[in-house]
Amino acid sequence: MTTAEQEALIIRRGVPWWRLLARDKFALAAALWLLILFACFLVGPELFGKAATSLNLRARNLPPGSLEHGWLMFLGGDALGRSMIARLIVASRNTLTVALCSVVFAMIAGGILGLIAGYIGRGVGHVIMRFADILQSFPSLLLAVVVLYVLEPSVTNLIVVLAITRMPIYLRVTRAEVLEIRERVFVDASSALGGSSYHILLRHIAPVVAPTLLTILTVDFSIVMLAESSLSFLGIGIQPPEITWGLMVAQGRNYLSQAWWLAFFPGLAIMLATLSGNILSNWLRIVSDPEQRWRLETPRKSDE
Amino acid sequence: MSETPVLKVDDLRIQFRSGRETVHAVNGASFQVNAGETAAILGESGSGKSVTASAVMRLLQSPPAYVSGGTVHFKGLDVLAMPLDRWREYCGRDVAMVFQDALTSLNPVFSVGWQIAELFRTHGVASGKEADERAVELLERVGIPDPAARSKDYTHQFSGGMRQRVMIAMAIALGPDLLIADEPTTALDVTVQAQIMELLESLREESDMAMVLITHDLGVVADAADNVAVMYAGRVVESGPVAEVLSRPGHAYTLALLDSVPQARGKGGKLRPIIGSPPDLARIPKGCAFNPRCRFATDICRQEVPPSVAMAEGRVAECHHADQVFNDG
Repeated sequence: MTTAEQEALIIRRGVPWWRLLARDKFALAAALWLLILFACFLVGPELFGKAATSLNLRARNLPPGSLEHGWLMFLGGDALGRSMIARLIVASRNTLTVALCSVVFAMIAGGILGLIAGYIGRGVGHVIMRFADILQSFPSLLLAVVVLYVLEPSVTNLIVVLAITRMPIYLRVTRAEVLEIRERVFVDASSALGGSSYHILLRHIAPVVAPTLLTILTVDFSIVMLAESSLSFLGIGIQPPEITWGLMVAQGRNYLSQAWWLAFFPGLAIMLATLSGNILSNWLRIVSDPEQRWRLETPRKSDE
Repeated sequence: MSETPVLKVDDLRIQFRSGRETVHAVNGASFQVNAGETAAILGESGSGKSVTASAVMRLLQSPPAYVSGGTVHFKGLDVLAMPLDRWREYCGRDVAMVFQDALTSLNPVFSVGWQIAELFRTHGVASGKEADERAVELLERVGIPDPAARSKDYTHQFSGGMRQRVMIAMAIALGPDLLIADEPTTALDVTVQAQIMELLESLREESDMAMVLITHDLGVVADAADNVAVMYAGRVVESGPVAEVLSRPGHAYTLALLDSVPQARGKGGKLRPIIGSPPDLARIPKGCAFNPRCRFATDICRQEVPPSVAMAEGRVAECHHADQVFNDG
């Protein structure tokens, strides 16, 4: 067998996804980082809950980089002398819960409404689009303030408010994509072979739109984290003693000139989480696209 | 003939209405096809042949497309009058369609085996593993080598001819009585064209299926069809058995079309291209639509729409000079 044939065979059999991941260094690093975050999310508050709330006035605004006060103070201490690293780990649960839940809910709701608006069009579609217009023309922060003021600020309400304010983006993108995809021949072909509208929408259109939405989702992830932090900063988001990275940034802002690390590390955590999400979603998009997957599957020379 | 034709299209008229103007895409198309027969619809681009096919499958979106007259009967059932949901039940099971470009008519994000199996699943014929197995069988039947492995491949991993075979496999999956092939070989090169036409022919013979073949290729018509309907500017201007129509046309347009095709066997006479281009369907010329390009045209052609002239058994032409063309050609 010639090498070309062998290669074709390998591609046909398909390389398992974990081997593809191992080949891509950035994607691997991103996946590992997200795995660590996930571990923090699962067990962080149980392991470090105490360390994150115990005060140590001698370690107030302690600069990072010294092990003098134990390894928990490696990243320094906050304004009340609490361990930065412990607080970062504990905050990961709230942060990720709020951010993930709101973007996922926004994507699901926006995606479904967008599919309907794009496919059915006219009457129902117009109503949905005007609804999106109203949501977008209303300053999202104001909306959040009003809602959270009327209801009480809690994690659930925060998620609902953030999900609703982020939804129009998913809705518009989905609708725009559906308008294009529904004109493609395979949609006609499907209905010529007896596919119902429901079948076409779910089996032919939705899978083509999904990767785009997932990409937006990862970008939105960071926006939502920051939105949550501004709400927390205004005092209607997460309430202390609960913490999130966004709240930590907001609290550290007062000490920027004396103790930059108070705002820097939670900011870094937000950025790294977002970056990892972006890299991994980009990788996922290529892997899940049958026409692009070969780019990852074709072994590079160095792998031989 | 007492037998009900599988498909009977009668004086079909389709308009596309936009704000400013109305485009008369089809202005009276009539043809029929019986079980086990192939009827070809022949015409240039823009002659309304594909729109006719889409109208039969009810794929046209309204607006902008409106059926303004005529009927379509599938085995005696009035297709255009029944609710769309009910017609969709016939689609795939009793009537199927093959499109010109198989690359765009297959979904890029699913493997072809999955897509064929999905057809069995949505029509409730087979489920799960059985559907997958039947998909592989079908791929084998349309001549795809190593079907079990290939069924896991995606559309872009197939060559043009193989893709069209996949599309045909989907179309014949549920054993339809009528197959509409909309330019099935136009995107393919000549040798592959011949293979695909052969495949379609053999499938048609196997199951006594009726086939409507839409094409602009005279060669394909001559090889594969029993009857032909020649369309120009949205009208069927001539129809009849293929051998007769092509050897002795009765419409000036058919004659002009034949004159413009090069012969492969040796050097023939001078080619006579049809001068000008097909009319703007929003402004169809008065009288016979072909008159500005016709070398037989006289005053009457510019004034009056020609009547149907029965030339011989089963042959009709709509031309003022049918006799002259018939005897001259």
